Amino acid sequence: MLQKLKNGIVDSQIFKSIFRHGYPDNDLDRAYAIFSNVFLHIHPVKVRRSALRMRYTFCLGGITLLLFIILSVTGIWLMFYYTPYTGLAYRNIKDLQFVIFGGNLMRDLHRFAAHGMVLFVWLHMTRVFLTGAYKAPREFNWIVGVVLLVNTLVLSWTGYLLPWDQLAYWAVTVGAKMASYTPFLGQNGPWGPQLGFLPTNDIMFMLLGGTVVGQNALIRFYVLHCVVLPLVVTVFLAVHFWRIRKDGFSGPL
Amino acid sequence: MDEKVTREIFPRDSRKSYGLVELMKKSAPIVRKEPEDTVNVWPNLLMIEMICAILVTVGLMVLIQFEHAPLRSLADPSTTPNPMRAPWYFLGLQELLVYFDPWYAGVVLPGMIIFGLMLFPYLDVNPKGVGYYTYSERKFAVFNYSFGFAIWWITIIIGTYLRGLDWQWYWPWSNHLEHMNPALVTLIPLHLIFVNWFHVSEGVGKIFTDIIFIGYFALGTLIPMVVWKPMYKAMGLWRYLTFMFFFLSMMGVGLKIILRLLFNIKYVLVTPWINI
Ligand code: HEM
Repeated sequence: MLQKLKNGIVDSQIFKSIFRHGYPDNDLDRAYAIFSNVFLHIHPVKVRRSALRMRYTFCLGGITLLLFIILSVTGIWLMFYYTPYTGLAYRNIKDLQFVIFGGNLMRDLHRFAAHGMVLFVWLHMTRVFLTGAYKAPREFNWIVGVVLLVNTLVLSWTGYLLPWDQLAYWAVTVGAKMASYTPFLGQNGPWGPQLGFLPTNDIMFMLLGGTVVGQNALIRFYVLHCVVLPLVVTVFLAVHFWRIRKDGFSGPL
Repeated sequence: MDEKVTREIFPRDSRKSYGLVELMKKSAPIVRKEPEDTVNVWPNLLMIEMICAILVTVGLMVLIQFEHAPLRSLADPSTTPNPMRAPWYFLGLQELLVYFDPWYAGVVLPGMIIFGLMLFPYLDVNPKGVGYYTYSERKFAVFNYSFGFAIWWITIIIGTYLRGLDWQWYWPWSNHLEHMNPALVTLIPLHLIFVNWFHVSEGVGKIFTDIIFIGYFALGTLIPMVVWKPMYKAMGLWRYLTFMFFFLSMMGVGLKIILRLLFNIKYVLVTPWINI
């Protein structure tokens, strides 16, 4: 009975139009299942048995990716309720907390997945380091990784401003102040004033769109956090995964 | 695994530019490796990934039953929280502001960390230890990574648990509501210590500290060149110099933290433009 039902589904025109292969219970269809699927084809069709050993990667890169996906989904959900306007942002978050169904759930998931991503990206990097996986021919992928690491941190930091509460406001104020100390480019940095940089034209001004954290800063951080940086991460992730395949996985021999 | 093949082997579809070329039995075309014992990704690897994903999701779900995303009062530019803590992953940098001026702790040092990390694969010439965990075959590399991130995590812990009002040092048992008297600690630049010890003028004291600073980098670079000749030989001049610059800067951060915490030294190097 079940067998018949399964065959009915697998042989149907709909199933075939979507998957273009039979049920993956044999080598050929299992191969097709991987390489004819846009999401799965980042995998090889076959891996060495030893590469399955959990105690090598501890799935750390994969977990980082999963957290990034969770962040994207919950983040888009939150965007429906959030207005990047200083007069509304805080109230939007309060609404998420007390009014909107599932608001707390989504916000908590987003916040802790973000902490988790920072932690796991570091753990993943440590794994890569300790297994020497950054050595030739994978040097470049390590660089791509560092770019991802920095992007992850900046994503977290830009997101920090959005709730527009005291925590957000001051963390970003203090952080942005650092930019004003940039040598050559900041009003307070060595050789900054000598080169003509003032509070109204230095690198901190550029970051905040003003001399203090205000509406312009909020909209800048919002666009960076919700559009620019996730796109940058996605592009670099594509390169990252592509390179793992091209350079070969370092896995146990 | 059954050897059943469902279709005649790979009729190439003339309308497609691609096709499955070949399916190998118990071996795989993996670059630069001998064919060996392999398994299908579906279902073996995918199952592991699936289980992993479920565990993480469940873990996250459990966590948020106990902890919630914080939301303080509305942003208020006129009242600064005290102490003002950065998010935990930046607390290390915030803590470094105690030991260095902002242009160094907040800009140059983070830049050097990022750049140094990127350069690491090009500076590490030891070909051993790829693809397995080992300490004994690459002690020095592991030491460098661990030392750097030890500073990173230790300063995070200090920033989280041992800093209180006005970013002063508070033990867990100190009264966290009472301001400390900052006048109890006087910070002085190193050259003034020489002025006191040797009764020289400030200018001469500064020459001492200049010599110490430059000497640290010069000797720090030259001595290992002689003592660990094989390392220098393996790296070559430029790689070695680049590495040493990052290495000595990193050790310098550790030294400066000790000088500041134990001896209240504010600056080692004082120049008209920058102080370190
Ligand atoms: C958004 C962040 C990142 C994601 C989602 C990610 C994801 C992954 C995944 C899924 C793998 C496959 C193996 C594994 O799971 O360990 C991998 C491998 C690798 N990652 Fe990442 N990664 C990220 C950041 C980094 C960082 C920060 C570094 C290093 C600085 C890095 C360097 C590498 C290298 C060199 C490999 C190849 C490892 C090997 O062949 O053994 N990645 N990454």
